[in-house]
Amino acid sequence: MTRTMISAPETARAGDVVEIKAMIAHPMETGYRVDATGKPIPRNIINRFECTYDGEVVFAADLHPAISANPFIAFSTIATRSGPISFTWTDDEGKTETASVEIQVE
Amino acid sequence: MADHELEPRLQSMPLLNRRELMAGAAGLVLVSVARPAQARPALAEALRAFSGGAEIRPGKVTFEIPPLVENGNAVGVTITVDRPMSASDHVRRIAMFNEKNPQADVAVFQLGPRAGRAKVQTRIRLADSQMVVAVAELSDGSFWSSEAKVFVTLAACVEDLS
Amino acid sequence: MRGWLSLLAIGLLLAAADSNAIEEQPKLSGLEFVSPETRSLQADDASNPGMLWVLRGEQLWQEPAGRSQASCASCHGEARQSMRGVALRYPAFDAGAGQPIDLKGRINRCRTDNQDAPALEHESEELLALTTYVAHQSRGMSVPPVEDERLRSVIEQGESLFRERIGQLDLSCAACHDDRWGQRLGSSPIPQAHPTAYPLYRLEWQTVGSLQRRLRNCMIGVRAEPFAYGSPEFIALELYLMQRAEGLPVETPGVRP
Ligand code: HEC
Ligand code: HEC
Repeated sequence: MTRTMISAPETARAGDVVEIKAMIAHPMETGYRVDATGKPIPRNIINRFECTYDGEVVFAADLHPAISANPFIAFSTIATRSGPISFTWTDDEGKTETASVEIQVE
Repeated sequence: MADHELEPRLQSMPLLNRRELMAGAAGLVLVSVARPAQARPALAEALRAFSGGAEIRPGKVTFEIPPLVENGNAVGVTITVDRPMSASDHVRRIAMFNEKNPQADVAVFQLGPRAGRAKVQTRIRLADSQMVVAVAELSDGSFWSSEAKVFVTLAACVEDLS
Repeated sequence: MRGWLSLLAIGLLLAAADSNAIEEQPKLSGLEFVSPETRSLQADDASNPGMLWVLRGEQLWQEPAGRSQASCASCHGEARQSMRGVALRYPAFDAGAGQPIDLKGRINRCRTDNQDAPALEHESEELLALTTYVAHQSRGMSVPPVEDERLRSVIEQGESLFRERIGQLDLSCAACHDDRWGQRLGSSPIPQAHPTAYPLYRLEWQTVGSLQRRLRNCMIGVRAEPFAYGSPEFIALELYLMQRAEGLPVETPGVRP
């Protein structure tokens, strides 16, 4: 069950700096909490985020437990050519979620 | 609700336990402190690990973070670095660290000339009122930083985990 | 301990209650009492984490479920049309059961009776997502007056629950939300307690929760034994709060500290 939300412009002119907002539903369990019975809740966070566009990783992030639940990251990239902008999130269990948006560049 | 039922819940929420009650903290402003080296060891170590021992100088980095937050679970931050983001002059990485969470590291962002603008935004957890530091690594290998003090207030009604 | 008791110790809440009924005062959404940062979180859909639940609800709306293998969409079509304004009418009178039912309950009724699927747990992610999605279709619409006569006695019951002193702190909901809204409890401003942004994303929870979860927090805050999820008391309180919020717009998904 993936829930990701990407906000990015659908069209841009070549050379424009476009703003991208990426959000994913994830508890970002810190590993520092215990459950109601006192048992430690194992750490499980998204530890890596990558954005690939036009053949290259244009932005990436290494995340730690101090990033809020349902991580939100906003950044920018220069519009180069039409095509997909792809996103991947990887958590401590090795699970990878992906999302992609199309951008039309004139 | 009886204390014995309430206590385990509070203990199970370390983020809540350590929060300071900062009544009347209005009027506090962002403080910029230029000496990260004076911070406690964990933070200093994390900074050193990030810069590989290179000197971190104050400047070039703008750190927007509210000085007083209602809830430490999601504090919005914006980091901007004053660089043109050209092939020869850009920001390679931006990192964020904190003083009092169980771990000093918050995040490391990798950018490059294709970012167009040296600006990132995210939301972070702060277990307590504390100092937060942003550090940028530039393409010439230099490191620059900015710090901010954040006051985290106590939530009024918390709950059991049920 | 924790905020409320220390406040009591300094006597702020022990001041004699004046009886400013909320009707004579401006109605203000809880949004008016939060920080500008929290407000802008709610205002921008691309950064409002509650929108992740709307999205999930939209997926679930399309998914076949239960022995019927019918999806919500197979009977209700486009939620944008069929669910527009629906949340404004809830809690509503359920003629079949002869008692009021809230939106979550109504959705669960469709799960069991129309989809032939097991009922969803109260704070389950699925039920919260569906409820958030359905309520979101009424965002921006104002709460109308309650006209169903069969709900009168329920509103009255809700009002007396709102005015009843409860818990070890011996405080009523009204003592805070009618008489002292705008004042501070520790560092938190006391809002007017409107139900119009629910289900909402509470930073404290780090997730979306229902209005009943919020009410349980307030009850635990005054050290009262909270009502059970789905209990008639909670539905009566929800209905009273809804008619008390008449005229305010739906905000779902709201964001609160
Ligand atoms: C001691 C004061 C106090 C009492 C008594 C109290 N509350 Fe609250 N209530 C608060 C505070 C403070 C908040 C919000 C701030 C927070 O907790 O962060 C709140 C929030 C709420 C909200 C959420 C409003 C929003 O915009 O999201 C509702 C609804 C609510 N209360 C209903 C009730 C009901 C119903 C009762 C009685 C069962 C009650 N409260 C009792 C202090 C109180
Ligand atoms: C087999 C057809 C069917 C399916 C499947 C179904 N419903 Fe319904 N739903 C109905 C009918 C019939 C009503 C009652 C209409 C009435 O009472 O006027 C109804 C009523 C409702 C109402 C109240 C509408 C109002 O105006 O008060 C809501 C909300 C609702 N359904 C949500 C859902 C959701 C969410 C799902 C999927 C989980 C769902 N329904 C699945 C047939 C269905």
